[in-house]
Amino acid sequence: MKYRVLALACSALVFLPGGIVAEVPSVIAIRGARIVTVSGPVIPRGTVILRDGLIEAVGDAQPPPEAWVIDGEGLTVYPGLLDALSTLGLPDMPRLNGTGRPNAARPRSAPAPARGPEDRPLNTSYLRAAGELSLTDRRLEAARNAGFTGAVTFPTEGVFAGLGAVIDLAGKRPGEMVVQSPAGLYLTMYNGGFGTGYPSSLMGVIAYIRQIYLDAGQYKAARDIYAAHPNGLKRPGYDKWLEGVLEAPRVLLPANDPKEFERMLRLGEELNLQVLLYGLAEGFRAPEILRKHNARVLVNLRWPEKPRGADPEAEETLRVLETRDLAPSTPAALVKAGVKFAFYAGALEKPADLAPAVRRAMIAGLSHDDAVRAMTLNVAELYGVADRLGSVEKGKIANLVVTRGDLFRDKTEVKYVFVDGMKYEPETPAPAAEVTR
Amino acid sequence: MTRLLWAALAASFTLPAAPPVVIQNARVLTVTRGSFTGAVLVKDGKIAEAAEKVMIPPGARVIDAGGQYLMPGIIDCHSHIAADSINEGAVSVSSMTGIEDVLNPDDISIYRALAGGVTTANILHGSANSIGGKCIVIKTRWGSAAEGLKFKGAMPGIKFALGENPKRRGMDDGPAGSRRNLRYPGTRMGVEDVIREAFTEAKAYQARWKEYEAGKARGETLIPPRRDLKLEPLVEVLEGKRFVHAHCYRADEILMLLRVADEFGFKIRTLQHVLEGYKVAREIAAHGAGASTFSDWWSYKVEAYDAIPYNAAIMVRKGVLVSLNSDSAELMRRLNTEAAKTMKYGGLTETEALSLITINPAKQLKIDDRVGSIEVGKDADLVLFDKHPLSSFAKVQKVFIDGALYFDRDRDLSERQLLQLKKKKLLEQEKQSAPQQKKQDRRPQ
Repeated sequence: MKYRVLALACSALVFLPGGIVAEVPSVIAIRGARIVTVSGPVIPRGTVILRDGLIEAVGDAQPPPEAWVIDGEGLTVYPGLLDALSTLGLPDMPRLNGTGRPNAARPRSAPAPARGPEDRPLNTSYLRAAGELSLTDRRLEAARNAGFTGAVTFPTEGVFAGLGAVIDLAGKRPGEMVVQSPAGLYLTMYNGGFGTGYPSSLMGVIAYIRQIYLDAGQYKAARDIYAAHPNGLKRPGYDKWLEGVLEAPRVLLPANDPKEFERMLRLGEELNLQVLLYGLAEGFRAPEILRKHNARVLVNLRWPEKPRGADPEAEETLRVLETRDLAPSTPAALVKAGVKFAFYAGALEKPADLAPAVRRAMIAGLSHDDAVRAMTLNVAELYGVADRLGSVEKGKIANLVVTRGDLFRDKTEVKYVFVDGMKYEPETPAPAAEVTR
Repeated sequence: MTRLLWAALAASFTLPAAPPVVIQNARVLTVTRGSFTGAVLVKDGKIAEAAEKVMIPPGARVIDAGGQYLMPGIIDCHSHIAADSINEGAVSVSSMTGIEDVLNPDDISIYRALAGGVTTANILHGSANSIGGKCIVIKTRWGSAAEGLKFKGAMPGIKFALGENPKRRGMDDGPAGSRRNLRYPGTRMGVEDVIREAFTEAKAYQARWKEYEAGKARGETLIPPRRDLKLEPLVEVLEGKRFVHAHCYRADEILMLLRVADEFGFKIRTLQHVLEGYKVAREIAAHGAGASTFSDWWSYKVEAYDAIPYNAAIMVRKGVLVSLNSDSAELMRRLNTEAAKTMKYGGLTETEALSLITINPAKQLKIDDRVGSIEVGKDADLVLFDKHPLSSFAKVQKVFIDGALYFDRDRDLSERQLLQLKKKKLLEQEKQSAPQQKKQDRRPQ
């Protein structure tokens, strides 16, 4: 059934491809809805007023006369979901793969094998997601239909893949999507293996990362000294790779099991980096390590699965079986240990897989509140944009998802999605959009 | 047997700080202080007493080892277990890399080595490079995190390699059907050149930093030189703060390396493999290098044709500090029988043979004040065999590291079934939750 309370009456309809109707009134009020603010207590029945893309009021406010009013009876308003790690809006770049392991760098050309860190191999730290966004990415619409209004999106190729951005999942021009850039630098442990250029091994990658950060520190010192006293000093050269590294407010490092947690957290501490670990499939094994290091982590919602086409005769180890069984208990274990985490859906095959994946974590002990928080306010806090995103609060960006039923439940229907105060409606009540990628 | 089965099994052995342990009625092979039938008292992770009779302190755990043999934990001076990567083969000087960064405490080879009585191992970078990566000495503390594996206080090391491995990095197709070498060097001469060039650079780097430190001491405002992770370990070698473990085979390349080291003023701590060491044993002893070799491997590659099983014994007799290593996760489990071979080939005594896998590698790694023999005050790294460890029928019964029981054969055997059950349960659970597949009709035609 279609909820088009206002659509027919509206004079300024914008028809977007894919059957979505966006409306452009500057003031919208959702009245009489249950409001899950996330930052505060749930408001059983209240009004949310959106003006010029921002949240103007939450609670028992009266809709102003100029507002387009939506009857929220029976509906729940949540902050729009944020995908903490994705490639949304970057259709030309490879997607995150399901394993949480890095993507191979595509051979853009065939460069000479690197001889060391000075050749800056597998390094596009200067690449900015914010400058590469495209509204033609069909995944944007599919993600909105699943309740996402924002994402943190990254280039993902190579070792130093590039600078991510916090984006809204809609806009008139790509630049309008950007909320914060750079959001961080995405690093992987990718290497071509023995017989390729440097680095060709995991230890080569780690040594390379260490050298780059040492170089960046040296570069910054030299740059600052030169900026203060250019006269009479030999000028330092410009290094676009180190510029990218220096610009990143935080670094994303991959870690799926306890040995990797320690390895990456120690590296981060040694290099004095703000680290977000991503992956975390085996987080259930050692939440105390994460707690001890005060780690901040991004949990891959694509739980480990038996590889398709695996040899049915091959015997799997107890550890692999255990991991598949217990990986969804990671979020609950993190909550219990007091480790701050957010979910990322970027590795899911399609947005429709989101709710079942979250439900598995809830069956394994995660509360509904914590699940919602892990896809809203926690994401905003981990990326330092909680003053703008992540909750239903006055002054924040008007990104909301309005549902009939609790988020992530089996039969829940996403009724509306608001991005920057613009209303989007999934065309079909059951948003099971299959997107070919 | 699956890897994780073992992991879970062995993890349960790791005990917290335990009460004193007395192992009594054992034949104690101290290696450095002769052998006797008696007891060893372990307290706070150290050997507190080793004598024919010891006082059993109250609350002590007493293990009756009647008819069994107690020896110091075996030390492997050349191993590649417990690491997630071994070779950074893209460059011929990969000294910026280090095993410490990639230690893998989940490697089942740790447990298997432990089950073979190995308690300490020198984990080396591979041999694809003239100058390889940094090494690390570990104890086989199965069940601990990477940090817990480290042998705290051991000297850091670095791997060098000579001969076939560093000169053959790989080939690709060159123009007109030719083949070309992908990486310099392609010859033994080239290997020498790479080492010389690296140390020449390292000396210049060392001088730059000294100059900077001197200027800073004079109160000048200076930008510090760029730190170079490739050259830093080589400066440490020059300053005697890092041991060189050099993979080598042929007599000529061994002499070459000793000459280069003498010229640049550093020492080769150990020659690894050193299959032609018997030809130049006097020169090796004169340099002060140790030799860590195989018992009886030969002819598996062209540079190993002149290897003889008497190598270890001849070098011992010529005054070289010799150890036997595994270089292999499989061989590592039975280094005791490797040591026994030197009695047949070269006539070493029992104690000399045992020294090759205990006190000698401990000296080579400069950890002989801590491990390598059963002496009061040393770490309680002990192995209990049911028969004399130099017998090929001997099986490891118990292994202690720092006084804690890390391997127990009886427990291992009894817990295997439990783990199998656990696994079976998980497999069935997964089968049931998997979507039902249509059964195909397979009626015979």
